[in-house]
This record gives sequence, C-alpha cells and structure tokens, in this order.
Amino acid sequence: MSVRAHDFDSVQLSGISRHFGRRRALSKIDLTLRSGDIVGLLGPNGAGKSTLIGVLATIVAPTSGNVTYGTATVGELGPRLRQRIGVLAHELYLYPELSAEQNLAFFASIYGLDPAQAVPAALERANLADRGADEVGSFSRGMRQRLALERALLHRPRLVLLDEPFTGLDDRSVGAVSDRLRRLAADGAIVVVATHDLDVADGLVTRVALVRDGRLLVDEPALPGLRARYRTAIGSA
Amino acid sequence: MFMRTALLVLRKDVAVEVRTFEILLTTLFFAVSVVLVFSFAFVREGQAPPDAAAGILWIAIAFAGTLALGRTFERERYGETLRALLLAPAPRPALYVGKLLGMVVLLAIAEAVLVPLIAFLFASPLFARPLLLVGLLMAGTIGFASVGTLFGAMLIRTRTRDVLLPILLYPITVPVIICGVRGTAALIAAPPDETLAVMWLSILSAMDVVFLVLALWTFEPLMTE
Repeated sequence: MSVRAHDFDSVQLSGISRHFGRRRALSKIDLTLRSGDIVGLLGPNGAGKSTLIGVLATIVAPTSGNVTYGTATVGELGPRLRQRIGVLAHELYLYPELSAEQNLAFFASIYGLDPAQAVPAALERANLADRGADEVGSFSRGMRQRLALERALLHRPRLVLLDEPFTGLDDRSVGAVSDRLRRLAADGAIVVVATHDLDVADGLVTRVALVRDGRLLVDEPALPGLRARYRTAIGSA
Repeated sequence: MFMRTALLVLRKDVAVEVRTFEILLTTLFFAVSVVLVFSFAFVREGQAPPDAAAGILWIAIAFAGTLALGRTFERERYGETLRALLLAPAPRPALYVGKLLGMVVLLAIAEAVLVPLIAFLFASPLFARPLLLVGLLMAGTIGFASVGTLFGAMLIRTRTRDVLLPILLYPITVPVIICGVRGTAALIAAPPDETLAVMWLSILSAMDVVFLVLALWTFEPLMTE
C-alpha cells in the first residue's frame, strides 16, 4: 500500500500517554487532526507540546495509546509514512558546516527527490537564492529558520509539524511563513504549530489545542481573542 | 533504497568533513602522538620488545577511533540532525550503516598513516604479509566501529556521553582488539605464522557478523525515544 496513493485525511490520537521514567509528559491525549486544519498547539513551557509533536512525527513512541494516520498505524505503514511527514523543530536540523544548497540537496536526495529541481525552488521560497553557496553556520537565526522551514517542506508533506516556527523571524518573514502555512492547509495538508506567540497564532490557526502538564485542556475551533481564552483556560486549570 | 540511503549519509559525512578536516586531523594527530609516546617508552637502541608494534597499532586505533566516534556524533547532536535523519522515509538501519561506513573510512585513513609509521619506528616487518594485515585491520576496524557507531548514536542525548562512550565501548570491543593484536603479532613474528593469523582473522570476521547483526537489529528501537 503506497501512503501517497492512499493519503491520509486525518490523524487520530487515542489515549496517548508518554512517561519518561516517573515524569509524565503526556497523559491520555485524545485528539483528531483533519486535512485543512491549522492547529495551534499551545501551552506553557514543559506542557508536553514537543513530546506530542515527537509522537506525531513517529520519533517518540507513546507509552500507551495509538496514533492512526488515516486508517493505518505507524507499524502498518513503516518508513513510507515518514515520506508524508514534515517537521520543523526548535533545533533546525541543518548542518552548519554545509552550504544551504548542500543541506537541501542532501535532504532532497534522502526523500527520493531530484535535488536539481527541488533545491533552487526551495532556495527561492526561502528568499536565499543568492546565498545558496554560503555555509549555513554564517546565516542569521532568521535565515536559518527560513531555510529549515523549506527543508521540512521539500517533500510536500501531508502532516506538517512545526515547533516554534516563528523564532528569530522579522515581521515580514512571519507574514510570509504564515501565508505559506495557510496555502499548505488550503492544499489539504494538516498543519500543527506549537508556539508561544499568541499574537501570531491568533488569526493563523483554525483550531486550538491547549496542553498543560501533559493533558489536553481545550480542543476547539479558533475564535478571536485567543490570548484571553488561553489565559482563562491555563489559569483555571 | 537501503544502500542508497547509507551511501547518501556517507557522502554527506565526507562533505561535512572536507569543509573542515576537523575530525580527520584531530584523529590523525592523536593517533600519531600515541605512537610517538610509545616509541619513546619502548624502543631502546633501535630495538623494541617483540609484539610491541602489534599492541601499539591496535591501541592507537582504539583510542583514535573513540575520539573520532565522539566528534562524529557531536556533529549530529548540534542542530539535532540525527533526528532529521531518523525522520527520513528510509530504513533506519541504513542510517546506521551510513554512519558506520564513514567511521570505517576515517579509521582506514588513520591506519594508512599508522602502519608505516609503526613499521618505521619499531623496525617491525608489518608489510611482510600485506594482504593478511589489511584483512585483519579491516575486520578489526569494522568490529570496533560497528559497536562504537551504535553506542555513539545511542548516547547522543546523554549528558555524560563523553565518559560513557569509552566505558561502554572498551569492555565489548576488547575481544576485537585482542584478536587484532594476536593476529598482527603472528604476522610480524619471525617467521610469520600465517595459519595463526588466519585463525584470528576468522574469529574477527565471526565477531563482525555478530556485532553487525545485533546492531542492525537493535538500532531502530534504540533510536526511538
């Protein structure tokens, strides 16, 4: 079964718990993510947002519970599932010793893409076409963040997982990234954004999942006044 | 797909190394320093104790290999790029093989410098049976690097990885080093004992198979958090 041929329209987390030793990072999370959603994963530091992203990305195994991608689980889909998942984490997953072109070419190749086609387009989208030959270590945080986003989206993933994607970006870049995420969702991707930046999240996300102490407190459509809603939910928990 | 991914990882590691030569130069410098210190300690009036060259060759390989392993995975830790590799739609054991090939190539270069240096400083007939020596070095390097690559990747998220790596690595790779030392000693004996060297090479090869199978089998579960 090819994952792309039977692409998933939803991801369902059922009773997901994850413990690290005695520490409970996630506790019985039930959440359904649907195609076209931009889900704001919100919560204070240490709430479990990154662990939840790790579980969705298949690099953190849940202690209990299941994640279903469409109708199949990770075990049933195997490595092909990762062809449909794109992750931008707080650490940028880039080699600072290599140039922007070399980084993108390596990841394009490992995802089975033709670097000659994928790399120039990605550099253009990252607004780094004139810096492609420069070492990533010489880039500013914002430039690296834009490059890392394009690296994560090179293979047109169905499930896009972003952990603090707006870190280090100026206002113009934040606007460009937000527009990019809206286009991805409009094309049918499931976008999950873990962020502390409620101002950016307000107006971008279409659904809100509030997490605290590993528990899902709120899962609802995004409404105006996200900051006030967040304060109420987190404060009253 | 499996070998393609492994070769991509190897090519990426070579591209990173070619930018700085950091790991290669530090590994070579350390390995040569070890050999020089031992040569000052053991060589008297141009004569070294019998078999000393064999022991020193393998000690230098083991120490330099540990240094290289630590640095290789430090690179993958910075920027969490190992996680990026684990997210790729490739069989995860292929990533292990790619990293292992990089270590084997690096250690092979170090050995290409160490063998003539030791032969010269210890007046040792290391080139008497070159094919058998290459066989022993390759089999020993694969055995050492197969365990080291697995532990290096496993310990990447551990704060005390620099201390833990040699503590875990040496007890398990001691049999590899012993086989390497005894096999090399058989080759530089007068006259060379080829039968004994082949026996040690066979044991090394068997250990390589066991280590590789175990590493390929356990890599994915060990890498899943």
